Amino acid sequence: MIDAVRCADLSYRFGAHTAVDRVNLSIEPGEMFGLLGPNGAGKTTTIRMLTTLLKPATGSVAVFGIDATEQPMRVRRVIGYVPQMLSADANLTGVENVELFARLFDVPRKVRKERVTEALDAMGLSEAATRAAGTYSGGMIRRLELAQALINAPRLLVLDEPTVGLDPIARGNVWEYIRRLRDEHAMTVLMTTHYMDEADAYCDRVSLMHRGAIRTTGRPADLRAELGDGVTLDDVFRHYTGDTLSDKPEEGGIRDVRRARRTARRLG
Amino acid sequence: MTYAAPGAPPAASVEPPIVTDNPVAGITRLASRVITLCWVELRKIRHDRTELYTRAIQPTLWLLIYGEVFTRVRAIPTPEGIPYLSYLAPGIMAQSALFIAIFYGIQIIWERDAGVLTKLMVTPTPRSALITGKAFAAGVRALLQGVVVVIIAAILGVALTANPLKLLGAAIFLVLGAAFFACLSMSIAGVALARDRLMGIGQAITMPLFFSSSALYPASVMPGWLQAISKVNPLTYQVEGLRGLLIGTSTILWLDGVVMVGATIASITCASLLLPRLANR
Repeated sequence: MIDAVRCADLSYRFGAHTAVDRVNLSIEPGEMFGLLGPNGAGKTTTIRMLTTLLKPATGSVAVFGIDATEQPMRVRRVIGYVPQMLSADANLTGVENVELFARLFDVPRKVRKERVTEALDAMGLSEAATRAAGTYSGGMIRRLELAQALINAPRLLVLDEPTVGLDPIARGNVWEYIRRLRDEHAMTVLMTTHYMDEADAYCDRVSLMHRGAIRTTGRPADLRAELGDGVTLDDVFRHYTGDTLSDKPEEGGIRDVRRARRTARRLG
Repeated sequence: MTYAAPGAPPAASVEPPIVTDNPVAGITRLASRVITLCWVELRKIRHDRTELYTRAIQPTLWLLIYGEVFTRVRAIPTPEGIPYLSYLAPGIMAQSALFIAIFYGIQIIWERDAGVLTKLMVTPTPRSALITGKAFAAGVRALLQGVVVVIIAAILGVALTANPLKLLGAAIFLVLGAAFFACLSMSIAGVALARDRLMGIGQAITMPLFFSSSALYPASVMPGWLQAISKVNPLTYQVEGLRGLLIGTSTILWLDGVVMVGATIASITCASLLLPRLANR
C-alpha cells in the first residue's frame, strides 16, 4: 500500500539555522496523525514542504506516491489545507468563500453550487451561509475553512494548529467535525499541534518533534505506557526532549529567528 | 445532525483529475483563474460600494477645481486647441486607476499576514495565474471607477466619443494600466515585505509617476529631463491611448497599445517571480 505521506531525510534550512533536520516519516492512509512540538520545532516548515510551498533543501516528501517537488500541481489536487491563522475572506459570504475554492480546484460548473451547499451543510454552516464571514465566530471560521478544504474531496487533509485561538467549546466542536470527516470519508488527516491533551484524545499516532528533528513516533497510549502509569503525553515529551512543552516560544526557534530578522531589518 | 458527503463520492474513491501540462490546458487554467479572481472582486464591490463612492471624490475635485481653473487661465497648451477639461479627463481616469492599483501590493501583504495567500497558493493555481488574476481584478475595479469618472466628465461638459469600439479600446487601456500598476505594487510588496513600508513606498512613487506622465500637461511643456522620464513612464502611454480614443487627439495608438501590453506582461512576470519571497516570509 502506498503511504499517504512519506518523508525521506527531509531537511530545510533558513540561513545557518536548520529548521527541519533529516525527518523520516510514514503516514498510512486513513490515519489521523499528529505532528507535535512547541512553537519553533519545525512543524510548520515540514507542512510547508509537504504542501509544495517550500522546496526541501535535501531529501524528499511524497503524498500518495506523488513527489511534492517534481509534481507540485498534482500534489495540490489531492490535499486540502487549513493554515494556522483564521483566514476566511471577511468581505465575502460563507457561500462565496467556499465557491472561490471550488473554482480554484476546477469543480465543474454543473455541480459547483450543489457541492458548495453540501460542504457548508456538512460543517454545520447552512444557516450562516449567506452572511459575510466577517460576522462569524472563530470556531465558525475554522469550520468554514474546513468546508473550503473539503470542496475538492481531498485524500489528505492538512491542518496546521487547527484549534489555536479557539475557546474550549469551539475546540471540541472542531475536533468532532474533523473526526467524523475522517470516519465517513476514509480521509487521511495530518495535523500539527502543541496541545498534548488534544493530540492524546484525537490522534491515532503522533510524532514528537523538537528542534527540527523527530524524537519518537507511536500511538499516544503506547508512548505513555512505555514510561509507566499515570504518565501524560507532556511527560513523554519531556522524557524524549528534556524540554517542557509550555506555550512560551522555545528559545532559538525559527519563529524567533524570523521575528528577530524582521526587527533587525526594520531597525537597519 | 447529518454529515453528508461534502463532495458527492467518498474522498478516497475520487481520482484526482488528470492534468496534463500542455499549453492549451495551461491557457484554459489561466483564463479560469483570471475569471475567478475577477468574480471575487465583483462580489466584494457588490457587498461594499463605499469605496466606489469615496474614490469618486478625488477625480471630481481634480476635474471640477483644477480642471475648471486651468481651463480659465489657459496656461497649458492643448493639442488642436481642445478645451483643457477635455484634455485633462482621460488623465484623471488613468490617475484613478493608478491610485486603485497601487493598493494591491498592500492587499497581497495583508493576505499573506492573514494566511489567505498560502491557502490560495496550495490550490492548483500557478503563481503567474494568481498574479494575473489579481492584476485583472484590479482592472475590473479600475473599470468601474473609470465609468464613474466618465459620468462626472460628461456632466462637466466634456465631449467624449460615443463610438462603442473606441469605448471598448479605452476600457482595455484602463484595465491594462491598472494591471501594470497592480503588478508593480505587488512586485514592490515582494521586496518590501511589510505593509507599513509599502504604504510609504506607494505614496512616494504615485505622485512622481503621475507628474512625469502627460496626464496633466503635454510632454512639450516639460523640461528635457522630465520629457525623458515621461517617455519611459507607462502611464504616459496609457493616458495618450485613452486620450486618443476618448477625445480624438492624435497619438500613435498601436505604439501605446504595444507598450501597455509589454509593460503588463513584464510586470506580471516580475511579480510572479517575487511572490514566493513574499509568501514564505
